[in-house]
Amino acid sequence: MTNSSLPQSGQPIGHFVSTDPFDPLAAETLTPEQEKYYFASQLRLIWWKFKRHHLGLYSAIFLTAFYVVIALAEFIAPYDLAHRHIDNIYAPPQGIHFFEDGEFVGPRVYQRVRTLNMEILKREYANNMTKSYPIKFFCDGDQYRLWGLIESRKHLFCAGEGGTYFMLGTDRLGRDMFSRIIYGARISLTIGLIGITVSFVLGITIGGLAGYYGGWVDVIVQRIIEVLQSIPSIPLWLALAAILPVTWSPILVYFGITVILGLLDWTGLARAVRSKLLSLREEDYVLASQLLGAKPRRIITRHLVPGFLSHLIASATITVPAMILGETSLSFLGLGLRPPITSWGVLLNEAQNINVIVLYPWLILPVVPVILVILAYNFMGDGLRDAADPYH
Amino acid sequence: MLRYIVFRFFAMIPTLVIASVLIFTIIELPPGDYFESYIAELQAAGETVDPKKIEYLRTEYGFDKPAWQRYFGWAWGMLHGDFGYSFEYERPVSELIGSRLFLTMLLSFVTIIFTWVVAFPIGIYSATHKYSFGDYSFTFVGLLGLATPNFLLALVMMYFAKVWFGTSIGGLMDPKYINEPMSLAKLGSIFEHMVIPVIVIGTAGTAAMIRRIRANLLDELKKQYVITARAKGVPPVRAVLKYPFRMSLNFFIADIGNILPSIVSGAEVVAIVLSLETTGPLLISALQSQDMYLAGSFLMFLALLTVIGVLISDIALAILDPRIRLQGKAYK
Repeated sequence: MTNSSLPQSGQPIGHFVSTDPFDPLAAETLTPEQEKYYFASQLRLIWWKFKRHHLGLYSAIFLTAFYVVIALAEFIAPYDLAHRHIDNIYAPPQGIHFFEDGEFVGPRVYQRVRTLNMEILKREYANNMTKSYPIKFFCDGDQYRLWGLIESRKHLFCAGEGGTYFMLGTDRLGRDMFSRIIYGARISLTIGLIGITVSFVLGITIGGLAGYYGGWVDVIVQRIIEVLQSIPSIPLWLALAAILPVTWSPILVYFGITVILGLLDWTGLARAVRSKLLSLREEDYVLASQLLGAKPRRIITRHLVPGFLSHLIASATITVPAMILGETSLSFLGLGLRPPITSWGVLLNEAQNINVIVLYPWLILPVVPVILVILAYNFMGDGLRDAADPYH
Repeated sequence: MLRYIVFRFFAMIPTLVIASVLIFTIIELPPGDYFESYIAELQAAGETVDPKKIEYLRTEYGFDKPAWQRYFGWAWGMLHGDFGYSFEYERPVSELIGSRLFLTMLLSFVTIIFTWVVAFPIGIYSATHKYSFGDYSFTFVGLLGLATPNFLLALVMMYFAKVWFGTSIGGLMDPKYINEPMSLAKLGSIFEHMVIPVIVIGTAGTAAMIRRIRANLLDELKKQYVITARAKGVPPVRAVLKYPFRMSLNFFIADIGNILPSIVSGAEVVAIVLSLETTGPLLISALQSQDMYLAGSFLMFLALLTVIGVLISDIALAILDPRIRLQGKAYK
C-alpha cells in the first residue's frame, strides 16, 4: 500500500464490506462446556469442587449412611434397647464362621456355654462346637414401632431359633452392645446437630448485630466473646450441666445439654460473622438497599448473610465433633445424659474404671464409632471449607 | 513496649470482671442452696439438725441477703485473698485449693512444654516434606489424637502401664508423699507420675498445633524471599531456619493463647479419670453438692490462670514481633 492508492480529497474512501452474516456476539459465545460452567449456580459449583476432595466426599457418604442407620435403628439393631439376656451377662463378642467340617454352611454362630469360675467369680463363656445356629436376615425378633407408627418384628439380622448373636458382646445387665451402640448413635449424632443449630442462631444474630452496628454494641460483644473463650470450656460445661435439676425427665436433660453445648460454642461463629460483615457492609449494594429504606434486619438477612452462608456452614461442620466429644465427656463423668437415655457417652460411662477394661474390654467399643464419626466430620469439614468459596 | 504491656494488663480487668459475674450467676442458678441439700441429707440419714447452726451459717455467709450483695461480698473477699468457706469440707476454700491449684498449674505448664517439644520438629518436618510418607503418617496420627476422647486415652494408657510396666499410674505422686511438705523426692515422684497425664492431655493440643504450624510454614515457604534464598544457593536447612522458621515462631507463641484453655479443660477430665490431686475431682464434687464458694472460686481461678497465660503469650509475642506492638498502639 502506498500513498498513491489514497483517494483524492473529498472522494469517499473505497473499502470492502463483507456480505457474510455477522454475529456481534461471536467472540463471547460459549461452548456447551463453558456454558455449563459459567451458568452453574453457586451450589452446583460448590458440589463440583467438593466432589474433587475425595476424603471429604467419602466421609460425607459415611456420615449419611450413619444417619440413615439411626433413622432405622429399631430395624437394624438385632435386639431391643432394654432387652436383658440374663443368661448372657458380660458375654464377650461372638464370632461367626462360614465352614463346618470343611463344608460351606453360610454365616453361623456356635452355641454359648456359660460356666462360673468360682475362683475369681467370673462368668466364663465357651463355644459349644457341636451345636450352631445360622445367622438369618430379615428375621423376627423383639417387637418395635418404627417412628412410632409402623409396628413390626422384622430385624436386619439375628441368630436362628433358640440362638443368640451378640456381635459386640453384652454389658453388665446382659444387653446387646451392638444394639445399644446403634441406639446410642441416635442421641450422640443428633446432639451435635441440635447444638450446632443453637450456636448457629446465636452466632449469626449476635455476630450480625456486632458487625452491622459496630460501636459500643461491638465492644460489648467482643468482650463477652473474649471472656467465654478464655474460660476453659469443660469446667464451664460441668458447672452448667450441674445446674440441670435432677427432677427433669431424661428428654428435658437431653435438650438442656444440647442447649448448654450450643450456648458456649457460638463465639467462634459470631467472630467469623462479625469480621465478614465488617468488610461486606461497606459494599455499594448495602448502601443502595439502605437508601431504598430497607431495615437492618432485612439487610443482614437478605443481603449480607447469604454472601457468606456457605462459609459459615463449613465452619459449623468443623465444630460438630467438639460437641459430640463434649457430650461424650460429660456423660462419661456422669454429669451429662443419664440412663435410660442411651448415648455413646452413657455407654462409655460403664467402662469408667480400669477393672472393666481388663475384664470386659468390649465395653469400650462405643469409642470406635465416636472416633470414626469425629474423623469423618473433620474430613468433611475440610472439604466443605475448601469448596465453600468456589470462585477462587 | 511498656505502653503495650500496660494496655494489655488493664484490658484484662474487664475480662475478669465479666468472668466473675458469669461464674457467680452460674453458681447461683440452681434452685436452693447448699444448706437445703445438707439438711435433707442429714434428715435422710436419720440425724437431727441443729437449726441454730444452720441459721448461724446462713447469716454468716449472707444467704439471707439478695444475690447482688453476696456477689460483691464474694468478689471483695477474693481481692483480699478470702475465697469463702467450703461448706462440705468445713474449711476455708483457700486451704483446700492451694496445693491443688499449684499442681494444676504445674501440669498445664509441663503439658505446654511437651506440646512444644513434640509439635515443633514434627511441624517443621511435615512442612518441608510435604505429602511424603512421614507427613501423611504424622497427619494421620495427629488426627487420631484429635478424635480420641481424652478420658479414653487415659484409661487405655493406664491399662497398658499396668500390663507392661506393672506400675499403677493413678494419682500424681506416691501415696506416701501426700500431705508431706514439698521436697526433692516428692517433686521427683510428681514428675514420674506426670508422664502419662501429660501425654494424654497434650495429644489433642499437639495435633492441632502440628496442623497449624505446618499450614503456616507452608505459606511462608511459598514466599519469594525463600525462593530467592534457595536460588542464590543457601543450603536448604539454613534457608528454612533463617527466616521462614522465625516467622512461624511468632505464631507458635500466639498459639499458646488458643491451646491453654483446652489444655486446662482436658486436664480436668483426665484428672478425674486418673484421680490426680488437681482441681478436677474436687471441682466436680463441689458442683454436685452445690458447695458454691468452692466451685465458684475454682472456676474463677481457672479463668484467671488462663487469662494470665494468654497475657504472657501476648507479651512474648509483642517482644518478638514489632508489628503487633505497633498495632496495639494504633488500636489505642
